[in-house]
Amino acid sequence: MGRDEIIFLLIGLKWTIALSIVGFVCGCIAGLFIALARTSGVRVVEGLTAGYIAVFQGTPLLMQLFVVYYGLALIGIKVDAWLAVAVGLTLHASAYLGEIWRGAIEAVPQGQTEASKALALSYSSRMKDIILPQALRISLPATIGFLVQLIKGTSLASIVGFTELTRAGNIISNQIFQPLTVFGIVGILYFIMCCPLTIYGAHLERKFAAQAR
Amino acid sequence: MNYTLDFAPVIEGLPNLLAACLGTFTLAICGMILAVIIGIGGVVLRQSTLAPVRWLVIGFVELIRNTPFLVQIFFIYFALPLIGVRLDPTPTAIIALGINGGAYAIEIIRGGVQSISKGQMEAGLALGLHKAQVFRLIILKPALRAIFPSLTSQFVLLTLTTSIASAISAYELTSVSQRIESDSFRSFEVYFTVTVFYLVISWLMMRLFAFFSARYFAYPVK
Repeated sequence: MGRDEIIFLLIGLKWTIALSIVGFVCGCIAGLFIALARTSGVRVVEGLTAGYIAVFQGTPLLMQLFVVYYGLALIGIKVDAWLAVAVGLTLHASAYLGEIWRGAIEAVPQGQTEASKALALSYSSRMKDIILPQALRISLPATIGFLVQLIKGTSLASIVGFTELTRAGNIISNQIFQPLTVFGIVGILYFIMCCPLTIYGAHLERKFAAQAR
Repeated sequence: MNYTLDFAPVIEGLPNLLAACLGTFTLAICGMILAVIIGIGGVVLRQSTLAPVRWLVIGFVELIRNTPFLVQIFFIYFALPLIGVRLDPTPTAIIALGINGGAYAIEIIRGGVQSISKGQMEAGLALGLHKAQVFRLIILKPALRAIFPSLTSQFVLLTLTTSIASAISAYELTSVSQRIESDSFRSFEVYFTVTVFYLVISWLMMRLFAFFSARYFAYPVK
């Protein structure tokens, strides 16, 4: 492992971080709509979103990335691997976050909804000012847990052919024939990204559990 | 864009794909069995009176939970030959799945064991059962029952994770579909069909776990 190899890995790391951020931010926005649709009270909409969530939770992320990658090309949108993976991760994240937040919205006591209806708040105000802030707090440990899962999931972009951290490691290990060193370092880099988040998530979970008592 | 979908290569490859579903099932089931063994063993070691043993288990769990499975399977794939173990890709994949699932299983089972109140253990010991009997009968079974739902979702996740074993070309659904794809270039058709297969597989897994739950944990409490 010389200097050039380390720099190549760090460039891969940059793309892993970029993919994680794009997937998480876009997934949060889309996931919010999924969660709202899933709790909308309109039967057809709820059924459709439940199906959407079930499909993404019942199939491997790798297959989702493949289908999006070749599916986008099929409907005539010429995309590079980067965009296809970003779209795939966004859809994946939207389904998981939608399900996490649905649970959180339903965990907010019913009285809150009834009280805001009695006060004649509009739907948007009820959600924005009353329900979602409480739901967000409830869901925070699970949301952080999913973020860790998403960061690890970006490694699958390497199989689709996008050069992020894992693929950078693959390329280097083929060049210098030291797979254990290379994948050891790659693993440590992922660990440095994920472990603080895991610890923070566990900390929040304990804190909330203590407060609920 | 004048693309017409053509599922002919998929239909032609259907026998191979169905056989590969069995490969995926084998990987998943063997991985789960290994994961449960590692999980229970890890929980026992985690309660050891020797601090270094406890730290080792904690370190193992955190290391596995905070790195991608793809990196783990590559590492194991290259590491096993160095310690003198030469295995085909498929057994290697089972070991990797077992280690990965085992780390999660340790955390889940530990949560269940902690939920058993201390009085139960003391009562068991007072009745003259020895330590192993108390662990097996009074702690483990009710603990497994309590955490069965989270274990189920973790193991469905493990089933989906088997697709990553295609990276070291283990015999399972994804690697077989990649072969059909590279022969026919009908990428979307192949991967779309296989996605549906995975949906059915994960549904079957859930039914299987529900059946087990009804069979072994359906005794009344209190």
